[in-house]
Amino acid sequence: MSTINKSPVPAAKKGPSFKTRLSNAFVTLYNINNFILRFFRQAFVPPFEFKEVMRQCYETGVRSFTLITFTGFITGLIFTKQSRPSLANFGAQSWLPSLVSIAIMRALAPLITALIAAGKVGSSIGAELGSMRVTEQIDAMEVSGTKPFKFLVCTRVLATTLTIPILATYTGFIALLGGYLNVSVNEGTSYTTFMEQVFEPLTFVDFVASLAKAIVFGFTIGIVGCYQGYYSTKGTEGVGKAANGAVVTAMFLVFVEEILIVQIAGWFR
Amino acid sequence: MEKGKANIDYQNKVITIRGLEKSFGDFEVLRGIDLDLYQGENLVVLGRSGTGKSVLIKIISGLLKADKGEVNVLGCNLNTITEKELQELRVRIGFSFQNSALYDSMTVRKNLEFPLVRNQKGITRTEINTSVERVLDAVGLLHTINQMPSELSGGQRKRIGIARTLILNPEIMLYDEPTAGLDPITCIEINDLINEVQQNFHTSSIIITHDLTCAKSTGDRIAMLLDGQFQRVGSFDEVFSTNDDRVKPFFEYNFIQ
Repeated sequence: MSTINKSPVPAAKKGPSFKTRLSNAFVTLYNINNFILRFFRQAFVPPFEFKEVMRQCYETGVRSFTLITFTGFITGLIFTKQSRPSLANFGAQSWLPSLVSIAIMRALAPLITALIAAGKVGSSIGAELGSMRVTEQIDAMEVSGTKPFKFLVCTRVLATTLTIPILATYTGFIALLGGYLNVSVNEGTSYTTFMEQVFEPLTFVDFVASLAKAIVFGFTIGIVGCYQGYYSTKGTEGVGKAANGAVVTAMFLVFVEEILIVQIAGWFR
Repeated sequence: MEKGKANIDYQNKVITIRGLEKSFGDFEVLRGIDLDLYQGENLVVLGRSGTGKSVLIKIISGLLKADKGEVNVLGCNLNTITEKELQELRVRIGFSFQNSALYDSMTVRKNLEFPLVRNQKGITRTEINTSVERVLDAVGLLHTINQMPSELSGGQRKRIGIARTLILNPEIMLYDEPTAGLDPITCIEINDLINEVQQNFHTSSIIITHDLTCAKSTGDRIAMLLDGQFQRVGSFDEVFSTNDDRVKPFFEYNFIQ
């Protein structure tokens, strides 16, 4: 009787080689590049889907509004509270509003908004378009002589690009409100004095850089979510991957863009 | 159950395919397909799962590109067609998907309006409403006009899917597994609907299926796709009067079991 010599340890499953991975990465980069070019080629050419853009703006805003309000307020409150002891060591509590405003308006407001939107809106776009792809709804649009890219992708990317700067501005003010609450309770500073100190250190460049960041973040979240969903494959598993990929990739890119824009804004200060 | 006589114009070909080949990686799906679809004809394409039946109609509708061969649809060569021409051609072709592919986020009315509004510039609200009601009436589902796709049964979804393609008055209808996953009575209703569409909307159709009841009751001609090629083409009786072991099981499973 022959026996089968079974290895106690199953052979490790070999993944794709480094060369394959590298070439896949370049192919993906090429595809994303084409996707972005396609957006610019179609988004600003009539007929415009105003109604759908407005609907998507509403969806984007509503989906994130509560979480952004809560997170923004808590961030402002906690940041102020945690910064006080350090400033108190130098007897500089009066600089607290300025410190809070620089941190929030220059960095935290767009960043927090983008991260929340990447999680809430990006994943939702990825899953929605992914689901439409695997249930052939996108193909159905294509064969009926309509342009699914324009209706589904352009509208969503425009909506995130327009809405996230508005949400980021809102986050900034809500976070400052949180900061004011803390300063007001501890130092008894009036609202007018607090606001004067808040805007004193901020320059035009700060506002422009912050706005530019929010626009870039919004565009990134929209494009990444749409790309992941639009080219989703492999059924329901693909939909999950699209949603997950939309969040992870968008968050990673948001941090990279944050570094780049801070650097560029630094040259103008 | 038998199909009535259709008005077929055998002088006029609406689809001509010659030497069509399509592969996915190393897997050759279609290996030299030749096909003619005449005006007013219902052609049923039969074949096992994974033999490339759906791939064939996706190539005809321009969703997939052929690797080799010539595909001519309503006088347009798909190998040389521009993006704009393809979009115009697609309006003349209706595609009924296997899973209906209704837009989940829209009501039945919005589903039907969607292709209409985007393809007919300057159409008035009254004209839109008339068209929507006309096609819904044709498929017998006028009462579902304000319902969401999730509220419809499988058979109703299929009918709405067909209505959505009919709203653009297509010259060619492509049905991908129209009776798949439906109960026998709904299957009969869908088969009747396919014949009614042929009669009332004067369409030429390709019907992809492995349901022989559907094939017999809707097809003017049957084409059996085997090993990437049409091995047997003709009337239902002609196709199945054979001892070919690849063909016989279809008949035996559907009519003897």
